Amino acid sequence: MTTPNTPAPVLPTRLAPIRGVLFLVFTLFSLCMPIRTLAANAFGDGLKSIQESALNDLGSRIESFAAVNDPRVTPVLQALLDGRLYSRKADGQMVYGDSGSEGITLRSVMDDTALGVASKFELRKISLNNALRSTLRETIGRLQLNIEDPEQRLKAVLAMRASADEHDLALVRSRQQIETDPRVREAIRLTLALADLDSPAKPLRLNAIESLQGQLDSGIRNRLTALLEKDEEGRFVEPDADIRHTAQITLAKIETRLAMNSALETVFFGLSLGAVLVLSAIGLAITFGVMGVINMAHGELMMLGAYTTYVVQQLLPEQPGLSLFVAIPAAFLISALVGIAIERGIIRFLYGRPLETLLATFGVSLFLQQLVRSIFSPLNRSVSTPDWMSGSWQINEALSLTLNRFYILLFCLLVFILLLQILKRTRLGLEVRAVAQNRAMARAMGIPTARVDAMTFGLGSGIAGVAGVALSQLTNVGPNLGQAYIVDSFMVVVFGGVGNLWGTLVAGFTLGVANKFLEPYSGAVLAKILVLVFIILFIQKRPRGLFPQKGRAAES
Amino acid sequence: MSFPALPLDKPVLYRVMALLAALLLIPLGNLLLPESSALHFSTYTVSLLGKYLTFALLALALDLVWGYCGILSLGHGVFFALGGYAMGMYLMRQIGERGVYGNPLLPDFMVFLNWQTLPWYWLGFDHFAYALLMIVLAPAVLAFVFGWLAFRSRVTGVYLSIITQALAYALMLAFFRNEMGFGGNNGLTDFKDILGYNLQQDATRDVLFAVTALSVALAYLAARAVVRSKLGRVVLAVRDAESRVRFLGYRVEMFKLWIFVFSAILAGIAGALYVPQVGIINPSEFSPLNSLEIVIWVAVGGRGTLYGALLGAILVNYGKTVFTAVLPEVWLFALGTIFIVVTLFLPDGLVGFWQRHRREHA
Repeated sequence: MTTPNTPAPVLPTRLAPIRGVLFLVFTLFSLCMPIRTLAANAFGDGLKSIQESALNDLGSRIESFAAVNDPRVTPVLQALLDGRLYSRKADGQMVYGDSGSEGITLRSVMDDTALGVASKFELRKISLNNALRSTLRETIGRLQLNIEDPEQRLKAVLAMRASADEHDLALVRSRQQIETDPRVREAIRLTLALADLDSPAKPLRLNAIESLQGQLDSGIRNRLTALLEKDEEGRFVEPDADIRHTAQITLAKIETRLAMNSALETVFFGLSLGAVLVLSAIGLAITFGVMGVINMAHGELMMLGAYTTYVVQQLLPEQPGLSLFVAIPAAFLISALVGIAIERGIIRFLYGRPLETLLATFGVSLFLQQLVRSIFSPLNRSVSTPDWMSGSWQINEALSLTLNRFYILLFCLLVFILLLQILKRTRLGLEVRAVAQNRAMARAMGIPTARVDAMTFGLGSGIAGVAGVALSQLTNVGPNLGQAYIVDSFMVVVFGGVGNLWGTLVAGFTLGVANKFLEPYSGAVLAKILVLVFIILFIQKRPRGLFPQKGRAAES
Repeated sequence: MSFPALPLDKPVLYRVMALLAALLLIPLGNLLLPESSALHFSTYTVSLLGKYLTFALLALALDLVWGYCGILSLGHGVFFALGGYAMGMYLMRQIGERGVYGNPLLPDFMVFLNWQTLPWYWLGFDHFAYALLMIVLAPAVLAFVFGWLAFRSRVTGVYLSIITQALAYALMLAFFRNEMGFGGNNGLTDFKDILGYNLQQDATRDVLFAVTALSVALAYLAARAVVRSKLGRVVLAVRDAESRVRFLGYRVEMFKLWIFVFSAILAGIAGALYVPQVGIINPSEFSPLNSLEIVIWVAVGGRGTLYGALLGAILVNYGKTVFTAVLPEVWLFALGTIFIVVTLFLPDGLVGFWQRHRREHA
C-alpha cells in the first residue's frame, strides 16, 4: 500500500482495495469448503455415534447430535422416535425404513435417496426406552420451536397445541419469552390459554376462558363446548358453575362473531351476484327508461361481449390480463355498433308500439344466437382468468372472499359511476335526459331526437357488451349466455323502477343479496323461484317499481 | 288496428263444419284405405297434424287475449303445459304395474326417488273425469289468481308481458326440480293407454285426431261467439281505449280477467290433447321461448281474427317441421327473420295482408 505523502500512481490505488476484496472473497470461499464438510462430518459423526451407542449412553449422544446445525437432524430424531431408523447390516449405513406389505422400503439418511426394499433380518433397528423417548420428544420440540422460518414455528406450535403434551407446553411457555413474530406469539398465547383450561387453579381457568374471546378456530370452540357438556345422567361434566357461566358467555360471543362472519360472506356473495345483475340490467334500464323500448336482444348483446373477450384472448393467448383490458373497449364497441344497427334498422320504425318492438327484438335475439352458434359452434368456450383475479382473499378463519367476484363488484360500481357521470355531465347525457322527460318538447328545442335515440341505444348496448366481459370471467361463454340473464335483468329493471339508474342499482343488489340469503334455506333454484314470485307480487303493489318516475313523464 | 270483417253467422257455421268434415277424412283415410292409396295418411302424419291442431287451439287462446284484449301474454305456454301435465298424470296412473319397476302404487320416477307414497296432489288422477276437471281447473285457477293480482293493480302493456314471462320462467325452474313430484327433468312419458285403448294403435291415434279437430272447431265457434257478444265488444273497447272504458263505468279488470281465464282454459285443453299424441310432457314446455313462439304464430296469421291464429300456428309449425328436418341450423335464423319481417312489414299478419290486398283490388 502507498503511504499518504508520496504521490501515488493512480492505477494501483484504485486497484488495491479491489484486490483486497478479491483476496478476502477467495479466502472466505476456500474457508467455506472445510466448514461445509465439517458440518457434514458433524452430522455423519453424530449419526455414527448414535448408531454405535449403547442404550445408556444414547441420551447424551442424542443431545450432542441435536446441537449439530443441519436440517437433516430433526427428521432423524423423529424417525428414531417413530422406530423408523435402522442400520443396514450389510454396510452399516443408516437408513429410514417404512414397512409395507412386501418388506421395508429404505431411504438413505444422508441424502434421502431410495435404497430399495429389504427384509427386517437385513436391518438393525435403533431401539429406545421410555426415558429416551421423552428426552427425544422434548429435543424435537425444542428444535422445531427454534426454526428460523416463522411459518414452520407456527406449525410446530399448532401441532403442540393439538397434542397438548406437558413437556411440549413447557417448551412453548419458554419460547413465549423470546418469540418476536406476532402471529406465532398469538398462537402461543392461545395454546397456553387452552392448556390453562385444564389447570386446577380456578382464577387461571377463568382468565384463560376469557382470553379466548372472539377466536374463530374450530378447535378452540370445541374445547369451550366441551366445558358445557352433560354426561349421560344429565349432570354437567364441569362441576364449577362459574367456569361454565364464563365459558357460555365466551362461546356465545364467538358464535355471534361466527354468525356475523357468515352473514358478511353471504352479503358479499349477494353483492357480487347483484353486481352481475346490475351490470346486465343497467344497459336495459337506459334503453327501457329513455326510449320506452324493450330490447329482448339485450342478453345476446351481452353474449356478443363475452365472445369478444374470447376472441381477443385467442389473439393474445399469452396475456390474459392484457387481453381483458383490451376486451372491455372492444366489447363495448362491437355491442354498441350492433345495437345502433338494430335501432336504425328495426326499432325506429316501431316507436310507439312497445309490444311489436319486443317481438322484433326477440327475433333479433334468435338471429344473433344462431349466428354465434354457426360461427363458434354450439359448444361452450372457456375464457381464462388472469392470475391476479383468481384465488381468494382470506380475511380470517371464517371469512374469505373470492377475488374474481370482488373485482366484478368493483367493476360494476365503476361502470355505474361512469354511466352516471356520462348522463349527468356530458352533452349527450343532457340530451338523453331531455328526450326521456319530454320527447316532443326536446325536439321542439332543436335536439336531434333520432340521433339521440341511436346514441342511447348504442350506449345501452355497449354496456351490455361490457357486462358480457365481466360474465365471461364467471361462467362459460356459450350461445345461451344471454338467455340465462335476460329474465333476471328485466326483473331488476321492473323492480327498481323504469328510467332510474339508482333504482336499478338498489334493485340489483337487493335481489342478489335476497337470493343468497334464501339459498341456504331453500336451495338455489327455489330461491330464484321465490325471488321471481316476490317480484310478481311486488309489481302488483307498486306497478312502477321501487323508485317510480314522478311528474308528467310518468303519465305516458 | 283494422277491424276485421265479420261475415254472417250461418255461413261461418257451414264453413267450419265443411272444414271439420274435410279434416275428419284424414283419420278415416288412415284407417280405411290401404297404404297404397293416394289418400292414405300415415299414422305419423296423423299425429303430426294432430299436434299442429293442438297448437292451433293454443294460438286461438292467445289471440283471444292478445288480439282482442291487447294483453300480450308471454307465458301462455304455462297454461298449455299445466293442461298437458294434468293429462300426463292421468296417463301415468294408467301405466299401473307396467312400469320398469313394476310398482303398482307409484310411477317409475317416484320409485327411483325412493318415495314411499303417492303425493296428495296425485290422488284422484286415476279417474279420467277428475283429470278432465283438473285440465280445466289448474290453468283456470292460475290464470284467475295471476290475472286478478295483475289486472286489479293495473299492470299493463310491457310490464304485464314481462311478468308473464317471469311466471313462465319461475314455473319452468320449479318443474325441473325432482322434489316437485312431476318427474323433474324427464317429465312424464312412456304412456301406455288412454281409457283402456292402447296409445300406440292407429285407431286410438285417429280418434285422438278427430277429438282434437272437433275441439278446435268448437273452441273456434265458442271464441267467435264470445268476441261477438256484448262482453266481447267491451273487451275490444278495453284493448283500444282502456281508460275511456273505465271512465264509462265498466270494471275493466273483470272483463280482462274473464277473457284471460277463458283463454287459459282453452290453452289447457290444447295441452291435454297434445300430450297423448306426442307421448311426452316435460318442463321445457314452460320455457319462455315456447311461449314466445306462440306469439309469433298469432302474429304471422294475423291477430284479432281468430282464424288467422289457427292458420299462423299451422303454417309456422309446418315450416318448423320442414326446416328442422332439412336444415336444422337455419330454423332459428328463419324464426328470427319471421319475427322481424312480420312486425315490420305485416303488422296484421297474413290475413290482414290478404284482406288489404282484396280491398285494394275490389
